[in-house]
Amino acid sequence: MDIKLKLNGKPICAQIDADTVLLDFLRAQGCYSVKRGCDTSNCGLCTVLMDGKPVLSCSMLAARAGGHSIQTLEGLQEEAADFVGFIADQGADQCGFCNPGFVMNTIALLRENPDPTDDEIRAYLAGNLCRCSGYDGQLRGIRNYVNSRKG
Amino acid sequence: MITIQKYVRAQSLEEAYQLNQNKRNRIVGGMMWLRLGSGGVGTAIDLCDLGLDTIEETDAQFSIGAMVPLRQLELHAGLNAYTGGAVKNAVKDIVGVQFRNMATVGGSIWGRFGFSDVLTMFLAMDCFVELYKGGLVPLEQFAGMKKDNDILVRLIVKKTPGKFIYTAMRNQRTDFPVIACALSQMDGTYRAVIGARPSRAMVIRDEKGLLAQGITESSAKALAEFAANTAPTGSNIRGSAAYRTHLIQVLTERAALELGGM
Repeated sequence: MDIKLKLNGKPICAQIDADTVLLDFLRAQGCYSVKRGCDTSNCGLCTVLMDGKPVLSCSMLAARAGGHSIQTLEGLQEEAADFVGFIADQGADQCGFCNPGFVMNTIALLRENPDPTDDEIRAYLAGNLCRCSGYDGQLRGIRNYVNSRKG
Repeated sequence: MITIQKYVRAQSLEEAYQLNQNKRNRIVGGMMWLRLGSGGVGTAIDLCDLGLDTIEETDAQFSIGAMVPLRQLELHAGLNAYTGGAVKNAVKDIVGVQFRNMATVGGSIWGRFGFSDVLTMFLAMDCFVELYKGGLVPLEQFAGMKKDNDILVRLIVKKTPGKFIYTAMRNQRTDFPVIACALSQMDGTYRAVIGARPSRAMVIRDEKGLLAQGITESSAKALAEFAANTAPTGSNIRGSAAYRTHLIQVLTERAALELGGM
Protein backbone atom coordinates (compact mmCIF):
# COMPACT_ATOMS: atom_id res chain seq x y z
CA MET A 1 0.00 0.00 0.00
CA ASP A 2 1.04 3.64 -0.50
CA ILE A 3 1.29 6.28 2.19
CA LYS A 4 1.88 9.99 2.03
CA LEU A 5 3.14 11.92 5.00
CA LYS A 6 5.38 14.76 5.96
CA LEU A 7 8.71 13.60 7.39
CA ASN A 8 10.84 16.27 9.02
CA GLY A 9 9.05 18.89 6.99
CA LYS A 10 9.37 17.16 3.63
CA PRO A 11 6.40 15.51 1.90
CA ILE A 12 7.14 11.90 1.03
CA CYS A 13 5.25 9.07 -0.62
CA ALA A 14 6.26 5.47 -0.07
CA GLN A 15 5.10 1.91 -0.45
CA ILE A 16 4.76 -0.14 2.71
CA ASP A 17 3.33 -3.43 3.93
CA ALA A 18 0.14 -3.18 5.97
CA ASP A 19 1.94 -4.30 9.12
CA THR A 20 5.05 -2.14 8.78
CA VAL A 21 5.55 -0.27 12.04
CA LEU A 22 6.52 3.38 11.94
CA LEU A 23 9.94 2.67 13.46
CA ASP A 24 10.99 0.39 10.60
CA PHE A 25 9.56 2.79 8.05
CA LEU A 26 11.52 5.72 9.49
CA ARG A 27 14.78 3.79 9.59
CA ALA A 28 14.22 2.78 5.98
CA GLN A 29 13.96 6.50 5.24
CA GLY A 30 17.38 7.01 6.83
CA CYS A 31 16.25 8.26 10.23
CA TYR A 32 18.67 6.18 12.28
CA SER A 33 18.14 8.17 15.47
CA VAL A 34 14.92 6.14 15.84
CA LYS A 35 15.98 2.98 17.62
CA ARG A 36 14.30 -0.23 18.72
CA GLY A 37 14.65 -0.81 22.44
CA CYS A 38 12.12 -2.95 24.31
CA ASP A 39 9.75 -3.31 21.35
CA THR A 40 6.90 -3.61 23.87
CA SER A 41 5.85 0.08 24.18
CA ASN A 42 7.64 0.57 27.47
CA CYS A 43 11.09 2.11 27.08
CA GLY A 44 10.53 5.30 25.05
CA LEU A 45 13.66 4.84 22.95
CA CYS A 46 11.70 4.95 19.69
CA THR A 47 9.93 8.24 20.52
CA VAL A 48 9.07 10.49 17.58
CA LEU A 49 6.66 13.41 17.31
CA MET A 50 3.44 12.95 15.36
CA ASP A 51 1.74 16.29 14.76
CA GLY A 52 3.93 17.57 17.58
CA LYS A 53 2.95 14.92 20.13
CA PRO A 54 5.37 12.26 21.33
CA VAL A 55 4.43 8.72 20.30
CA LEU A 56 6.13 5.32 20.27
CA SER A 57 7.09 4.46 16.73
CA CYS A 58 7.63 0.78 17.59
CA SER A 59 3.93 0.41 18.29
CA MET A 60 2.34 2.53 15.60
CA LEU A 61 1.49 1.22 12.18
CA ALA A 62 3.22 3.31 9.54
CA ALA A 63 -0.11 3.30 7.73
CA ARG A 64 -1.70 5.28 10.56
CA ALA A 65 0.93 7.98 10.17
CA GLY A 66 -0.34 8.61 6.64
CA GLY A 67 -1.53 12.20 6.27
CA HIS A 68 0.31 13.30 9.39
CA SER A 69 3.53 15.14 10.14
CA ILE A 70 6.33 13.07 11.70
CA GLN A 71 9.43 14.55 13.25
CA THR A 72 12.52 12.64 14.31
CA LEU A 73 15.68 13.91 15.91
CA GLU A 74 17.15 14.36 12.42
CA GLY A 75 14.56 17.06 11.78
CA LEU A 76 14.93 18.77 15.14
CA GLN A 77 18.67 19.11 15.31
CA GLU A 78 18.63 22.87 15.68
CA GLU A 79 16.05 22.77 18.49
CA ALA A 80 17.87 19.87 20.18
CA ALA A 81 21.44 21.13 19.81
CA ASP A 82 21.30 23.60 22.67
CA PHE A 83 19.82 21.11 25.11
CA VAL A 84 21.97 18.14 24.04
CA GLY A 85 25.16 20.19 24.32
CA PHE A 86 24.08 21.44 27.73
CA ILE A 87 23.38 18.01 29.22
CA ALA A 88 26.61 16.63 27.73
CA ASP A 89 28.52 19.38 29.51
CA GLN A 90 26.64 18.47 32.68
CA GLY A 91 27.67 14.81 32.37
CA ALA A 92 24.00 14.01 32.67
CA ASP A 93 24.04 10.84 30.61
CA GLN A 94 26.25 7.79 30.44
CA CYS A 95 26.16 5.31 27.56
CA GLY A 96 23.80 7.48 25.54
CA PHE A 97 21.74 4.65 24.05
CA CYS A 98 18.47 6.05 25.43
CA ASN A 99 19.35 9.61 24.40
CA PRO A 100 17.34 9.97 21.17
CA GLY A 101 14.06 9.05 22.89
CA PHE A 102 14.98 11.04 25.98
CA VAL A 103 15.82 14.13 23.93
CA MET A 104 12.68 13.85 21.79
CA ASN A 105 10.46 13.58 24.84
CA THR A 106 12.26 16.42 26.60
CA ILE A 107 11.64 18.61 23.55
CA ALA A 108 7.95 17.68 23.75
CA LEU A 109 7.91 18.45 27.48
CA LEU A 110 9.51 21.87 27.10
CA ARG A 111 7.23 22.81 24.23
CA GLU A 112 4.21 21.91 26.36
CA ASN A 113 5.56 23.21 29.64
CA PRO A 114 8.56 25.56 29.33
CA ASP A 115 9.09 25.81 33.09
CA PRO A 116 8.39 22.39 34.61
CA THR A 117 8.85 21.48 38.26
CA ASP A 118 11.01 18.49 39.16
CA ASP A 119 7.89 16.37 39.67
CA GLU A 120 6.54 17.44 36.29
CA ILE A 121 9.85 16.46 34.65
CA ARG A 122 9.79 13.07 36.38
CA ALA A 123 6.17 12.49 35.37
CA TYR A 124 6.66 13.47 31.73
CA LEU A 125 9.80 11.37 31.33
CA ALA A 126 8.50 8.34 33.24
CA GLY A 127 8.12 6.52 29.94
CA ASN A 128 11.80 6.88 29.03
CA LEU A 129 13.86 4.13 30.58
CA CYS A 130 17.58 4.49 31.21
CA ARG A 131 19.53 1.56 32.56
CA CYS A 132 22.71 3.33 33.57
CA SER A 133 22.08 6.84 34.83
CA GLY A 134 19.57 6.15 37.60
CA TYR A 135 17.79 9.25 36.24
CA ASP A 136 19.38 11.67 38.72
CA GLY A 137 21.83 13.02 36.14
CA GLN A 138 19.09 13.49 33.58
CA LEU A 139 16.81 15.27 36.06
CA ARG A 140 19.68 17.51 37.17
CA GLY A 141 20.61 18.21 33.55
CA ILE A 142 17.08 19.25 32.58
CA ARG A 143 16.65 21.26 35.79
CA ASN A 144 19.86 23.17 35.15
CA TYR A 145 18.98 23.65 31.50
CA VAL A 146 15.55 25.08 32.37
CA ASN A 147 17.12 27.32 35.02
CA SER A 148 19.79 28.50 32.58
CA ARG A 149 17.11 29.61 30.11
CA LYS A 150 15.58 31.84 32.76
CA GLY A 151 18.79 33.85 32.74
CA MET B 1 4.04 -10.34 16.87
CA ILE B 2 0.94 -10.24 14.76
CA THR B 3 1.00 -10.00 11.00
CA ILE B 4 -1.53 -7.91 9.08
CA GLN B 5 -2.55 -8.61 5.51
CA LYS B 6 -4.45 -5.44 4.80
CA TYR B 7 -5.07 -2.05 6.42
CA VAL B 8 -8.30 -0.14 5.92
CA ARG B 9 -9.29 3.24 7.25
CA ALA B 10 -13.03 2.83 7.55
CA GLN B 11 -15.00 5.75 6.13
CA SER B 12 -18.15 4.90 8.07
CA LEU B 13 -19.12 2.87 11.10
CA GLU B 14 -21.18 0.64 8.82
CA GLU B 15 -18.11 -0.14 6.71
CA ALA B 16 -16.11 -0.90 9.86
CA TYR B 17 -18.92 -3.07 11.20
CA GLN B 18 -19.22 -5.07 7.99
CA LEU B 19 -15.47 -5.65 7.86
CA ASN B 20 -15.48 -6.64 11.51
CA GLN B 21 -17.91 -9.51 10.90
CA ASN B 22 -15.05 -11.54 9.46
CA LYS B 23 -13.34 -13.27 12.37
CA ARG B 24 -9.89 -12.72 10.85
CA ASN B 25 -10.34 -8.95 10.87
CA ARG B 26 -9.73 -6.72 13.87
CA ILE B 27 -10.55 -3.19 14.91
CA VAL B 28 -7.31 -1.46 15.91
CA GLY B 29 -7.29 1.08 18.72
CA GLY B 30 -3.92 2.26 19.94
CA MET B 31 -2.48 -1.16 19.05
CA MET B 32 -0.43 -1.16 22.24
CA TRP B 33 -1.72 -4.55 23.33
CA LEU B 34 -2.88 -6.01 20.03
CA ARG B 35 0.54 -5.91 18.39
CA LEU B 36 2.07 -7.95 21.21
CA GLY B 37 -0.23 -10.84 20.39
CA SER B 38 0.48 -13.60 17.94
CA GLY B 39 -1.22 -14.87 14.79
CA GLY B 40 -2.46 -13.21 11.69
CA VAL B 41 -4.98 -10.43 11.15
CA GLY B 42 -6.72 -10.33 7.80
CA THR B 43 -7.73 -6.69 7.75
CA ALA B 44 -6.79 -4.14 10.38
CA ILE B 45 -9.78 -1.80 10.60
CA ASP B 46 -8.78 1.69 11.68
CA LEU B 47 -11.45 4.06 13.01
CA CYS B 48 -9.11 7.07 12.97
CA ASP B 49 -10.99 8.88 10.17
CA LEU B 50 -14.37 8.77 11.90
CA GLY B 51 -13.99 11.76 14.20
CA LEU B 52 -14.11 9.62 17.34
CA ASP B 53 -11.07 11.29 18.90
CA THR B 54 -12.88 14.06 20.78
CA ILE B 55 -14.57 14.54 24.15
CA GLU B 56 -17.85 16.42 23.92
CA GLU B 57 -19.18 17.97 27.10
CA THR B 58 -22.74 19.11 27.72
CA ASP B 59 -24.55 20.07 30.91
CA ALA B 60 -25.68 16.47 31.30
CA GLN B 61 -22.80 14.29 30.16
CA PHE B 62 -19.42 13.70 28.62
CA SER B 63 -19.35 11.83 25.34
CA ILE B 64 -15.91 10.29 24.90
CA GLY B 65 -15.10 8.94 21.43
CA ALA B 66 -13.57 5.48 21.22
CA MET B 67 -10.39 6.85 19.64
CA VAL B 68 -9.74 9.43 22.35
CA PRO B 69 -6.23 8.81 23.67
CA LEU B 70 -5.73 8.37 27.42
CA ARG B 71 -3.61 11.51 27.50
CA GLN B 72 -6.69 13.50 26.48
CA LEU B 73 -8.58 12.13 29.51
CA GLU B 74 -5.66 13.16 31.68
CA LEU B 75 -5.69 16.74 30.41
CA HIS B 76 -9.44 17.31 29.98
CA ALA B 77 -10.37 20.17 32.29
CA GLY B 78 -14.10 19.38 32.43
CA LEU B 79 -13.71 15.70 33.16
CA ASN B 80 -11.17 16.35 35.87
CA ALA B 81 -13.24 19.14 37.39
CA TYR B 82 -16.22 16.78 37.55
CA THR B 83 -14.20 13.94 39.11
CA GLY B 84 -11.98 16.08 41.32
CA GLY B 85 -8.93 14.87 39.40
CA ALA B 86 -9.75 11.18 39.84
CA VAL B 87 -9.63 10.47 36.09
CA LYS B 88 -6.19 12.06 35.84
CA ASN B 89 -5.05 9.98 38.82
CA ALA B 90 -6.32 6.84 37.12
CA VAL B 91 -4.32 7.26 33.93
CA LYS B 92 -1.26 9.34 34.84
CA ASP B 93 0.94 6.33 35.67
CA ILE B 94 0.06 4.24 32.64
CA VAL B 95 3.55 3.77 31.14
CA GLY B 96 4.53 7.20 29.78
CA VAL B 97 3.17 10.24 27.97
CA GLN B 98 4.02 8.69 24.59
CA PHE B 99 2.04 5.55 25.42
CA ARG B 100 -0.93 7.58 26.64
CA ASN B 101 -0.89 9.61 23.42
CA MET B 102 -1.59 6.35 21.60
CA ALA B 103 -3.63 4.04 23.85
CA THR B 104 -7.31 4.71 23.29
CA VAL B 105 -10.33 4.77 25.59
CA GLY B 106 -12.13 2.42 23.22
CA GLY B 107 -9.30 -0.11 23.22
CA SER B 108 -9.02 0.00 27.01
CA ILE B 109 -12.73 -0.43 27.62
CA TRP B 110 -13.37 -2.92 24.81
CA GLY B 111 -10.49 -5.11 25.99
CA ARG B 112 -11.98 -5.37 29.49
CA PHE B 113 -8.45 -6.10 30.65
CA GLY B 114 -7.98 -7.27 34.21
CA PHE B 115 -5.17 -4.77 34.74
CA SER B 116 -7.15 -1.80 33.42
CA ASP B 117 -7.04 1.41 35.40
CA VAL B 118 -9.44 2.92 32.87
CA LEU B 119 -12.17 0.31 33.30
CA THR B 120 -11.79 0.47 37.09
CA MET B 121 -12.20 4.25 37.10
CA PHE B 122 -15.21 4.45 34.81
CA LEU B 123 -17.03 1.60 36.58
CA ALA B 124 -17.20 3.90 39.59
CA MET B 125 -19.13 6.46 37.52
CA ASP B 126 -22.57 6.65 35.94
CA CYS B 127 -21.36 5.32 32.63
CA PHE B 128 -22.61 3.69 29.45
CA VAL B 129 -20.95 2.39 26.33
CA GLU B 130 -22.49 3.16 22.96
CA LEU B 131 -22.22 0.14 20.69
CA TYR B 132 -22.85 0.56 16.97
CA LYS B 133 -25.51 -2.17 16.85
CA GLY B 134 -26.09 -2.79 20.53
CA GLY B 135 -26.92 0.80 21.45
CA LEU B 136 -26.40 2.14 24.94
CA VAL B 137 -25.34 -0.47 27.50
CA PRO B 138 -24.46 0.27 31.14
CA LEU B 139 -20.70 -0.10 31.53
CA GLU B 140 -21.10 -2.55 34.39
CA GLN B 141 -23.21 -4.80 32.17
CA PHE B 142 -20.78 -4.39 29.27
CA ALA B 143 -17.85 -5.36 31.49
CA GLY B 144 -19.51 -8.73 32.07
CA MET B 145 -20.37 -9.37 28.43
CA LYS B 146 -18.39 -11.63 26.10
CA LYS B 147 -16.55 -9.97 23.24
CA ASP B 148 -18.49 -10.00 19.99
CA ASN B 149 -18.22 -8.32 16.59
CA ASP B 150 -19.97 -5.07 17.48
CA ILE B 151 -18.08 -1.77 17.63
CA LEU B 152 -17.63 0.41 20.68
CA VAL B 153 -18.31 3.92 19.41
CA ARG B 154 -18.32 6.08 22.52
CA LEU B 155 -18.24 6.07 26.27
CA ILE B 156 -20.99 8.18 27.83
CA VAL B 157 -20.38 9.56 31.31
CA LYS B 158 -23.47 11.06 32.94
CA LYS B 159 -22.77 14.05 35.12
CA THR B 160 -24.55 12.57 38.11
CA PRO B 161 -23.45 14.73 41.03
CA GLY B 162 -20.88 12.89 43.07
CA LYS B 163 -17.39 12.56 44.42
CA PHE B 164 -14.72 10.23 43.09
CA ILE B 165 -11.41 8.90 44.35
CA TYR B 166 -8.91 6.75 42.49
CA THR B 167 -5.90 5.05 43.98
CA ALA B 168 -3.71 2.13 42.99
CA MET B 169 -0.67 0.24 44.18
CA ARG B 170 2.15 -0.38 41.71
CA ASN B 171 5.44 -2.16 42.26
CA GLN B 172 7.04 0.39 39.98
CA ARG B 173 5.63 3.69 38.78
CA THR B 174 4.82 2.75 35.20
CA ASP B 175 3.94 -0.91 35.72
CA PHE B 176 0.46 -2.44 35.77
CA PRO B 177 -1.26 -1.97 39.12
CA VAL B 178 -1.12 -4.75 41.69
CA ILE B 179 -4.51 -3.53 42.89
CA ALA B 180 -6.57 -0.58 41.68
CA CYS B 181 -9.37 0.97 43.69
CA ALA B 182 -11.96 3.54 42.69
CA LEU B 183 -14.52 4.81 45.16
CA SER B 184 -17.50 6.99 44.44
CA GLN B 185 -20.46 8.56 46.12
CA MET B 186 -23.28 9.47 43.75
CA ASP B 187 -26.77 10.50 44.83
CA GLY B 188 -26.00 9.26 48.32
CA THR B 189 -24.90 5.78 47.29
CA TYR B 190 -21.39 4.45 47.59
CA ARG B 191 -19.62 2.23 45.11
CA ALA B 192 -16.16 0.68 45.40
CA VAL B 193 -14.54 -0.77 42.31
CA ILE B 194 -11.62 -3.14 42.68
CA GLY B 195 -9.44 -3.74 39.63
CA ALA B 196 -6.29 -5.72 38.85
CA ARG B 197 -7.39 -8.48 41.24
CA PRO B 198 -5.74 -9.52 38.78
CA SER B 199 -8.93 -10.39 36.94
CA ARG B 200 -11.46 -7.89 35.60
CA ALA B 201 -12.59 -5.03 37.83
CA MET B 202 -15.70 -5.64 39.92
CA VAL B 203 -18.17 -3.26 41.46
CA ILE B 204 -18.93 -3.55 45.17
CA ARG B 205 -21.90 -1.59 46.44
CA ASP B 206 -22.35 -0.59 50.04
CA GLU B 207 -25.27 -3.03 50.39
CA LYS B 208 -24.99 -3.14 54.17
CA GLY B 209 -25.17 0.63 54.51
CA LEU B 210 -21.80 0.72 56.23
CA LEU B 211 -21.36 4.36 55.25
CA ALA B 212 -25.02 5.28 55.67
CA GLN B 213 -24.27 7.37 58.76
CA GLY B 214 -21.38 9.10 57.02
CA ILE B 215 -17.69 8.41 56.68
CA THR B 216 -15.80 8.03 59.91
CA GLU B 217 -12.60 6.17 60.67
CA SER B 218 -14.59 3.13 61.81
CA SER B 219 -17.08 3.14 58.94
CA ALA B 220 -14.24 3.50 56.41
CA LYS B 221 -12.54 0.52 58.03
CA ALA B 222 -15.76 -1.48 57.92
CA LEU B 223 -16.26 -0.75 54.21
CA ALA B 224 -12.63 -1.72 53.52
CA GLU B 225 -13.08 -5.03 55.34
CA PHE B 226 -16.28 -5.67 53.41
CA ALA B 227 -14.53 -4.98 50.10
CA ALA B 228 -11.57 -7.19 50.99
CA ASN B 229 -13.89 -10.02 51.98
CA THR B 230 -16.05 -9.62 48.88
CA ALA B 231 -13.55 -9.25 46.03
CA PRO B 232 -11.91 -12.53 44.98
CA THR B 233 -8.20 -12.16 44.30
CA GLY B 234 -5.61 -14.24 42.52
CA SER B 235 -1.83 -14.47 42.29
CA ASN B 236 0.48 -13.54 39.46
CA ILE B 237 4.00 -12.24 38.98
CA ARG B 238 3.09 -8.89 40.58
CA GLY B 239 1.66 -10.15 43.83
CA SER B 240 -0.03 -12.97 45.68
CA ALA B 241 -3.74 -13.27 46.31
CA ALA B 242 -3.20 -12.68 50.03
CA TYR B 243 -1.18 -9.52 49.34
CA ARG B 244 -3.86 -8.24 47.00
CA THR B 245 -6.59 -8.87 49.57
CA HIS B 246 -4.55 -6.93 52.10
CA LEU B 247 -4.06 -4.10 49.61
CA ILE B 248 -7.80 -3.93 48.90
CA GLN B 249 -8.41 -3.26 52.57
CA VAL B 250 -5.67 -0.63 52.80
CA LEU B 251 -6.56 1.22 49.59
CA THR B 252 -10.33 1.12 50.13
CA GLU B 253 -9.95 2.51 53.64
CA ARG B 254 -7.66 5.29 52.42
CA ALA B 255 -10.01 6.08 49.54
CA ALA B 256 -13.02 6.19 51.85
CA LEU B 257 -11.24 8.53 54.27
CA GLU B 258 -10.23 10.78 51.39
CA LEU B 259 -13.77 10.71 50.04
CA GLY B 260 -14.97 11.80 53.47
CA GLY B 261 -12.46 14.64 53.53
CA MET B 262 -10.42 13.05 56.29
